[in-house]
Amino acid sequence: MIKILLLLVFVLVLAVPFYNHAAPVLFGFPFFYWYQIAMVPVASLLIYIVYRVEHGGEK
Amino acid sequence: MLYPAATLVFLALIAVVIVLGFTAARWNAGNMEHIEEWGLGGRRFGTWVSWFLIGGDAYTAYTFIAIPALMFGAGAVGFFAMPYTVLIYPILYVVFPKLWKVAHKYGYITGPEFVRGRYGNKHLALAIGLTGIFATMPYIALQLIGMQTVIGALGIPGHGPLILAFAVLAAFTYTSGLRAPAMIAIVKDLLIYLTVIVAVIVIPAELGGFGVIFAKIAPAKLLLAAPPAGSAGAYSGYATLALGSAMALFLYPHTTTGILSASGPQVIRRNAVLLPAYSIMLGLLALVGYMAVAAGVKDMPQYAAGFKQYGTSFAVPALVLQSFPGWFAGVAFGAIAIGALVPAAIMAIASANIFTRDIYSQFVRGSVASGEAKVAKRFSLVMVAGALVFILVIPTTYAVQLQLLGGMWIIQTFPAIVFSVFTRFFNGWALLAGWAVGIVSATWLVALNHFAGSIWAFHVLGFTLPSYIALATVVLNALVAAVLSLPLNAFASDRAGDETRAEDYI
Repeated sequence: MIKILLLLVFVLVLAVPFYNHAAPVLFGFPFFYWYQIAMVPVASLLIYIVYRVEHGGEK
Repeated sequence: MLYPAATLVFLALIAVVIVLGFTAARWNAGNMEHIEEWGLGGRRFGTWVSWFLIGGDAYTAYTFIAIPALMFGAGAVGFFAMPYTVLIYPILYVVFPKLWKVAHKYGYITGPEFVRGRYGNKHLALAIGLTGIFATMPYIALQLIGMQTVIGALGIPGHGPLILAFAVLAAFTYTSGLRAPAMIAIVKDLLIYLTVIVAVIVIPAELGGFGVIFAKIAPAKLLLAAPPAGSAGAYSGYATLALGSAMALFLYPHTTTGILSASGPQVIRRNAVLLPAYSIMLGLLALVGYMAVAAGVKDMPQYAAGFKQYGTSFAVPALVLQSFPGWFAGVAFGAIAIGALVPAAIMAIASANIFTRDIYSQFVRGSVASGEAKVAKRFSLVMVAGALVFILVIPTTYAVQLQLLGGMWIIQTFPAIVFSVFTRFFNGWALLAGWAVGIVSATWLVALNHFAGSIWAFHVLGFTLPSYIALATVVLNALVAAVLSLPLNAFASDRAGDETRAEDYI
């Protein structure tokens, strides 16, 4: 069931109307850009959690 | 020489890589007479080597040139590379450790081989294999174009350097197999990371910061256009482009080869966590396209000839020459050129594996187990030579269009390869029919777009839903395969042809 986090990755990065905005600006980056870059480590973390739960003990 | 320091550094880096390519054969040496050693590195790459290899394989020189060029020319839509290269990782995590296990148990070295084992249907495997080879050929050609752009930017004229580079590529691929690109990938990626990190620190500082850079982008290009009433507009175009591209990526022969060369399923899972580092790098690199806009390189007379010849693909090379001291421009160009050699080598090897296992041994001569590596090595030369001829004879725009088509084709192997890892519901002939419907409908829609656009506006119940053609047609493909599987399973089941077992997929 923990795999549901992988589905969350799809929702987060495909929610185009949610992030197609200029504000709020961060370090000069419009939201559209920094949100999508920020989703990369978020996705990596979610996959890591799934990995730890499912296969963390294996070699 | 137009740029002596840059050219010297560039040539020195290429020389290092050539030496590495030839010595790679002795790295963890195996018997090169075996195709698993030549074409899959003996399936023994651990987490870090796989990280470099798959990263160097999936994020190609063409990407490094084309994505910033798309941002430079078209704006926000070019940033689809971000959701695209995020979504590949959940897919990698879920699908490919299972595929690896089955491939390892039965000695499969290609995707089509798995499909043949699963359905006992060599014709389905042939269709999947030919799709891979045809999608790969223009992809290799585009790597050459990426390389040609930087060689041209250094002011080295003619096709000579390119021909020389690919003769060398063919030679070390022949002798060292997959070990050569694996070893070179380490150098390539370190250079790419160095270049990108320096670029995103130095160039914005010169231009006055990211705020200034984004302020210079035309408002219409900074965000996706809001959809008109009754249409999903640019939103569904963007999302389907990302999703369809992600579904297709690991089906390419070269990426499948990169994954199957890992030493185990855990290596693949760990890489699904670690590889996104490359996507951050790609995102920053995409923004270099905006930096090129802000720096105004397009209107500088010294780059006019380059833009005229290479179009927006010249944006990154021009900005590199404009912003960096000569020697560092040499490092950046070296990174891009080596970034072309790594995937091009893996593409040639992967196509050769498919030719040997799925075409030659199945349709031309019976079992060739003893001479397999020989057949594969020779076919890798054919692939490299073919790509070179492609570049020298056919205009660049055709290569770009064919690569676009290649993406539409390769995704049509998704049902046969990916679904088959999870279920044996489908019938092999039904999958073949679905594949044919997918290939024909995708090609037809791209032709209606005059081979220039990858989005088609579908009208569904009065609503307009623009979609990446590849995604829409693979849905059709899967539907056809599913519907035809019902009668075929009832009256002409091919379940007995499955040489794998249910417990292989747990």
